[in-house]
Amino acid sequence: MRQHIISIKEFEKKEIDALLDRAETIDQGNYDPKALEDKILGVLFFEPSTRTRMSFEAAMARLGGASIDMGGVEVSSVVKGETLADTIRVVSGYADAIVLRHPKEGAAQLASEFASVPVLNAGDGAGQHPSQTLIDLYTIRQAMPLEGIDVGLLGDLRYGRTAHSLAYALTQYDVTIHTLAPEGLEMPPNVVEELRERGVEIVVHDEIGEFTRALDVMYVTRIQRERFPDSASYYAVASSYRVTPELLTQAKEQMIVLHPLPRVDEIDSRVDALPHAKYFQQARNGVPIRMALLLEVMG
Amino acid sequence: MKDEPRVLQISPIRNGTVIDHITAGEALNVLKILGITGTTDECLSIATNVVSEKSGRKDVVKISDRELCTEEVDRIALIAPQATINIIRDYLVCEKMGVEIPKVLLGVVRCPNRGCISNTNEPIKSRFEVTKRGLHCLYCDWYLTEDIPGHII
Ligand SMILES: [Zn+2]
Repeated sequence: MRQHIISIKEFEKKEIDALLDRAETIDQGNYDPKALEDKILGVLFFEPSTRTRMSFEAAMARLGGASIDMGGVEVSSVVKGETLADTIRVVSGYADAIVLRHPKEGAAQLASEFASVPVLNAGDGAGQHPSQTLIDLYTIRQAMPLEGIDVGLLGDLRYGRTAHSLAYALTQYDVTIHTLAPEGLEMPPNVVEELRERGVEIVVHDEIGEFTRALDVMYVTRIQRERFPDSASYYAVASSYRVTPELLTQAKEQMIVLHPLPRVDEIDSRVDALPHAKYFQQARNGVPIRMALLLEVMG
Repeated sequence: MKDEPRVLQISPIRNGTVIDHITAGEALNVLKILGITGTTDECLSIATNVVSEKSGRKDVVKISDRELCTEEVDRIALIAPQATINIIRDYLVCEKMGVEIPKVLLGVVRCPNRGCISNTNEPIKSRFEVTKRGLHCLYCDWYLTEDIPGHII
């Protein structure tokens, strides 16, 4: 049993596999709906992320537990300038575990140092988002074995934390990572170096057709408009990194497309009807994965 | 004859610390790390670009009536890894130590990532792991690889 869930980097392969197995069992309906009957989850979201929050609350409710939150950030003590450390110490007295979403990187690490109950990181700044990565791995595993596959990361690989997190987790498996990113949004050299040191092969692409043909899994992330000086340069880039049915005619038949959602227009809505599209399945997988995590820290 | 100028440059102190074998040119940074400026009242001797048989050129700093704490030694280690520190009591060297870059630096370096929680008013000290790739922030996972002296707190 693990106390805190802060970063996917701290998980060994056998721990990841055990969590995915547990989520699969839960997914098949084999779980005790009263397992967390007497437990309370403190939901601390310092920035909005409706889906992540709802899926944690749904997971807690399915296990018979209750959730409490602090209301909107604008009405809470945050506006009065209370430190995160103090908030965490106080909420530790109310709840049996804390799920934290915070705009500052490292916030979950800090929280774990001040909490007397387990902390689950639901995303801190551009940093870690371990439950999302477990969802990604779980969705891949539903379609194919995690070993011996080619996984492509497409989009904003500089700021896209979900792509980094997934890449780190994939280093535990025998996987080749392919990347394709607009100029200036490439994966940071430190991240690439660390991934290579962990023994993974990384292939950097500059052409979307060649990239698409190589893959078993295509992981698409959002390219944010605010990273570009003007909307014209954004649209120029966005259109050449857009996943369309025409592009996917080049893909392997079994190739799956994932996206952490919400998407804007990086995936054409016509792709939704194709068998490649697994991103809504991926979103649905949030609940069993988060149930497995809640059981891990409180069960 | 050859030794004479050195004697003049660095006179002995009664009590305090002598930091020897500082990387040539880093003496002023060492002082900065120790919080010593023109307005503080330590009695100092500084020698820069002293000829040394061992390392070519070196800097030496002597500070009267002050002994260094661990954090200060850690900071010096970052910019002058060959430095040696001699604690002087009554004109005698009573402790002689090399500096060693520790595995973890607590409260020594500021994280370059503006989005890092360690750059807010939380009640924590910055925490970096020393790796061969640079200093690794144990809060936000960033690597500090360039201008380390410029990030010393
Ligand atoms: Zn940091």
